[in-house]
Amino acid sequence: MRTIRDFFWIIWSNKKAFVGFVILVFFILMATVGPRIFPFNTTVNFSARYQPPSWHHWLGTDYAGRDIWTEIVYGSRDVLLVAFWTAVITLFIGTLVGMLAGLIGGFVDQVIVALINLILTIPGFSLSLILAAVFSIQNAVEFGLLLSITAWAPLALGVRSQVLSLREREFVTIARIMGMSKFHIIFKELMPNVISFLTVSFIGVGSGAIQASVGIMLLGLAPFSATNWGEMLTMAVQGTGGVFNPRGVYYLISPIVCMSLFTLGCFLFANGIDDFFNPRLRRQ
Amino acid sequence: MILKRLLIAFITLMLSVILSFYMLHKTPGNVWLVQAQQMAQQLGISLPEAYRRIQLLYHINPNEPLYKQFLSYVQGLLHGNLGTSMVNQQVTVNQVIAAGVPWTLFVASIALLTSFVIGNWIGVRMAWKRNSWLDPLMTVFNVISHAVPSFIIALLLLEFFALDLQWFPFNGAYDTSLTPGFNWPFIGSVLRHAFLPILTYVLVLIGGQAMSMKSTSLAVMNEDYVTAAIARGLRERTIVKDYIRRIAILPQVTGLALAFGGILGASSLVETLFSYPGIGQYLVQATNNRDYTELQGLFLFQSFCLIVANLIANILYAKLDPRVRIEE
Repeated sequence: MRTIRDFFWIIWSNKKAFVGFVILVFFILMATVGPRIFPFNTTVNFSARYQPPSWHHWLGTDYAGRDIWTEIVYGSRDVLLVAFWTAVITLFIGTLVGMLAGLIGGFVDQVIVALINLILTIPGFSLSLILAAVFSIQNAVEFGLLLSITAWAPLALGVRSQVLSLREREFVTIARIMGMSKFHIIFKELMPNVISFLTVSFIGVGSGAIQASVGIMLLGLAPFSATNWGEMLTMAVQGTGGVFNPRGVYYLISPIVCMSLFTLGCFLFANGIDDFFNPRLRRQ
Repeated sequence: MILKRLLIAFITLMLSVILSFYMLHKTPGNVWLVQAQQMAQQLGISLPEAYRRIQLLYHINPNEPLYKQFLSYVQGLLHGNLGTSMVNQQVTVNQVIAAGVPWTLFVASIALLTSFVIGNWIGVRMAWKRNSWLDPLMTVFNVISHAVPSFIIALLLLEFFALDLQWFPFNGAYDTSLTPGFNWPFIGSVLRHAFLPILTYVLVLIGGQAMSMKSTSLAVMNEDYVTAAIARGLRERTIVKDYIRRIAILPQVTGLALAFGGILGASSLVETLFSYPGIGQYLVQATNNRDYTELQGLFLFQSFCLIVANLIANILYAKLDPRVRIEE
């Protein structure tokens, strides 16, 4: 309980982290309960197209006369799901590989580090682009797999260096001398110390995944659901030529602002969490 | 030392070759059968004949075992032959790359140079004068440039400066009514067309450059010899230029390779938005056309560029920093 209270205290006292936290909570609420409060009406009504914001339509209407605000709310679910799955998969592979390299050491470590260095020189976004074209993406999990294909490498490197420095520390040595099981050492001694790094990475990878997924969708690849921010942006830029239409500016700007706000929230919140987990940083 | 680096680069390159070959092989559906059928139908020839032509064009025989296919692919690569486009058989992948690379490299190098010079200058200033107006400005700017991805910056620049204000053209690399060559109108047109893509990359890169330069400069300023220089009453300019910047700039050089990789990755989106005819746009076109051989070639070429950039950065860093030279 104390840690949770501490956590909120840190978030509250750190202005940047608080702003980030509020933004993240806002978007998570939007993606989970939002569609129930603001149901998206898909009825096409061309006589009401490209309306400016009003009380009735908070962000105006799109090229087919649909309400942009409810479209944003409805579309946030897929965007956040892709980010979530990418972060989960990337973290899983990265932690596993990094831990293996750090704990086993020796030849295995050398091979893994060599492999990671190879992956770091692969143009990751191009690879995702090509794979998105070759294999048609059907759902958020597949999209997550696609985006984590090279993203785990730097993470594994980070986990490895954390484990390497931790396993020389006294408390791990003591646990080993006391004859604790490998399982205990990994999950009770090492994990809690890596968790801060993992949490910050989770947020970082997630916000990166949002940018990458919207980018891939903007190119017309991987249209796995009809309504999400990436598809909205695609329609605004390529489909309907909203870029060329001054009245379509709300349709173009809305997904951009939402996406930027979300990544901004991630960035600020991740910085705040860093402060929470690193008391040395906090004191400075 | 350099030999070891070269060896690593070579192994990395070989793995990219295997990866790009395997990627094409793993495409769902039989790519070559479809290609042969299309060819047979278009040219009115028999299927075996179409297969024979495919073998000549793409250096690949779909009926051979996999390792033989791979060997003939590598053989083609060793002759500098990346294959032929699957959609337009008149065009080789080499030609596509030759058409796109000058534009991509032109934009990338100017963007890298600009952000390197300005970013490092700002970074040193921020470290030297702690409470200047630059610090909060750059901190906020850095946060924003983290939150807004490159293609959104490109999109906004396109929307406001090219479409609304019409200060800059919104597509192509130069005005097609001009004759390409070394004349002022043509060069001016090239610069005007390249301005917004370059600005996009510079805006993306400059915040990170400045912040990392600031932190390395701060570390350098803690060194004794800087304190000694200040105590000796040297001119501010000399201290900043010859004592701080000269050392702090070294890690930034390795950062250049990373930034170059970032530009290559972003180029597909940025160049597509500006309709700029670089390799990024060709990559997207090939993806949309499902032109697998062209994709393979472009991907391999991008990997090659990244490997070379990393190699150069590593060697350069070792050359610039005597400490690394002694260590290895």
